[in-house]
Amino acid sequence: MQALNTQSTTYNDGVIRQFSIMAVVWGVVGMLVGVIIAAQLVWPELNLGLPWTSFGRLRPLHTNAVIFAFGGCTLFATSYYVVQRTCHTTLFLPQLAKFTFWGWQAVILAAAISLPLGFTQGKEYAELEWPIDILITLVWVAYAVVFFGTIGTRKVKHIYVANWFFGAFIITVALLHIVNSAAMPASMMKSYSAYAGVQDAMVQWWYGHNAVGFFLTAGFLGIMYYFVPKQAERPVYSYSLSIVHFWALIFTYMWAGPHHLHYTALPDWTQSLGMAFSLILLAPSWGGMINGMMTLSGAWHKLRTDPILRFMIVSLSFYGMSTFEGPMMAIKTVNSLSHYTDWTVGHVHSGALGWVGLVSMGAIYYMIPRLFGQKQMHSMKAIELHFWLATVGIVLYIAALWIAGVMEGLMWRAINTDGTLTYTFVESVKAKYPYYIIRLLGGLLYLSGMIIMLWNVLKTATSGKAAVATIPPVAAHA
Amino acid sequence: MDINTLRILATVTSFIVFVGIIIWAWKRRDTSDFKDAANLPFTND
Repeated sequence: MQALNTQSTTYNDGVIRQFSIMAVVWGVVGMLVGVIIAAQLVWPELNLGLPWTSFGRLRPLHTNAVIFAFGGCTLFATSYYVVQRTCHTTLFLPQLAKFTFWGWQAVILAAAISLPLGFTQGKEYAELEWPIDILITLVWVAYAVVFFGTIGTRKVKHIYVANWFFGAFIITVALLHIVNSAAMPASMMKSYSAYAGVQDAMVQWWYGHNAVGFFLTAGFLGIMYYFVPKQAERPVYSYSLSIVHFWALIFTYMWAGPHHLHYTALPDWTQSLGMAFSLILLAPSWGGMINGMMTLSGAWHKLRTDPILRFMIVSLSFYGMSTFEGPMMAIKTVNSLSHYTDWTVGHVHSGALGWVGLVSMGAIYYMIPRLFGQKQMHSMKAIELHFWLATVGIVLYIAALWIAGVMEGLMWRAINTDGTLTYTFVESVKAKYPYYIIRLLGGLLYLSGMIIMLWNVLKTATSGKAAVATIPPVAAHA
Repeated sequence: MDINTLRILATVTSFIVFVGIIIWAWKRRDTSDFKDAANLPFTND
């Protein structure tokens, strides 16, 4: 084993190649499961009458696959890529970096087997049972050692802002995972939460919202702060704003979780606190979006010819949209209409498909040719097609669920003059039928774009070969 | 000290630190330090 490896003259890109390819593979798998369960909502018989393929078991499989397998592999790949290139040094403890790859794939496989079998802790985005939770913790600590070790051995003075975002994401996810997964095992695949009642709910949504805030936001903002400037070929619009953006997110995100528990047994003041912090969050979110978009000022024409840059900038528009929608939905009176409806599902997907998905695809399209010694992706036309399939898919998906959600919320609260409910629950389900079909169509378009991406990535990888990137000598940047 | 006094102190301190960060970042916006940092992604090519 190469010990500290601080003398290496080349970047360690092997593990990045592995994570990037697997990100695309898991993206196809996770989105396919999403399309299957969207179809089940239209035609419930598609659960085949089997427990393993029922909606309740496939839905967590879908969320875990897209968030932790697709999103997770993308974050590992991009953070390892960015931290080496902005620190001018190779990865700290390369063997441990290899362990993070194989360990993370083992976690994904364990999830893909245990969730359909019905093993779950019943906590959203934290369903995996305790032995898998322990493996996640080990991989995550190894990830932190590799990442922060690389920063610690850097050959440049500054720590680039993208690394701050990646670092905050790694530390916070460790904290969230360990606290929320605390449980008393009853058997090999069954455990009970360490918390009870409303405290359990609050810990879960402190975790859940910060999983959105740090896994799906801070990490991907790290991607944005490196790959948007690189693809636009100009430095970030304002470095000062990026620092304020970072600290504003850090100081506020932690407190927004209670908005998931409006009008529940959670004390009223806690709900109001969560709502207030959710509203404050609009400021840093839009500050970050503006910083990313304005990086293009003077280079807007590039959007016309560069589909990769378009992925990134449209992803920022969806980031802006969903971070406006989120605070609005956190307002208690709005939430009383939106909560438990498909509006929430639409909101999540405008962030997930629009922001997280598109920025990941842009970053992977940027890295793949460079990692495999190619000038550009095998087919630029295919990237263009992917972009339009994905964008149209997202618009269909979220527009359908906005209509379905608001309609269903209004139907639930409609009352007759004598105080009885105007509609039965099943009438609201029936009314959503056409919108569920449109949503399925949107999902199918998004998935087909991802399949084209997989083909394009595999073509690029197989026609090239593993490229060796050299670290610039210390004198070059003294 | 009362636990609530500690909580208030922690919140107020955090807020003052945050305002301090904003002022610090704004004052340094045109320095070569920030320019060097912002150019780090381009030092490889």
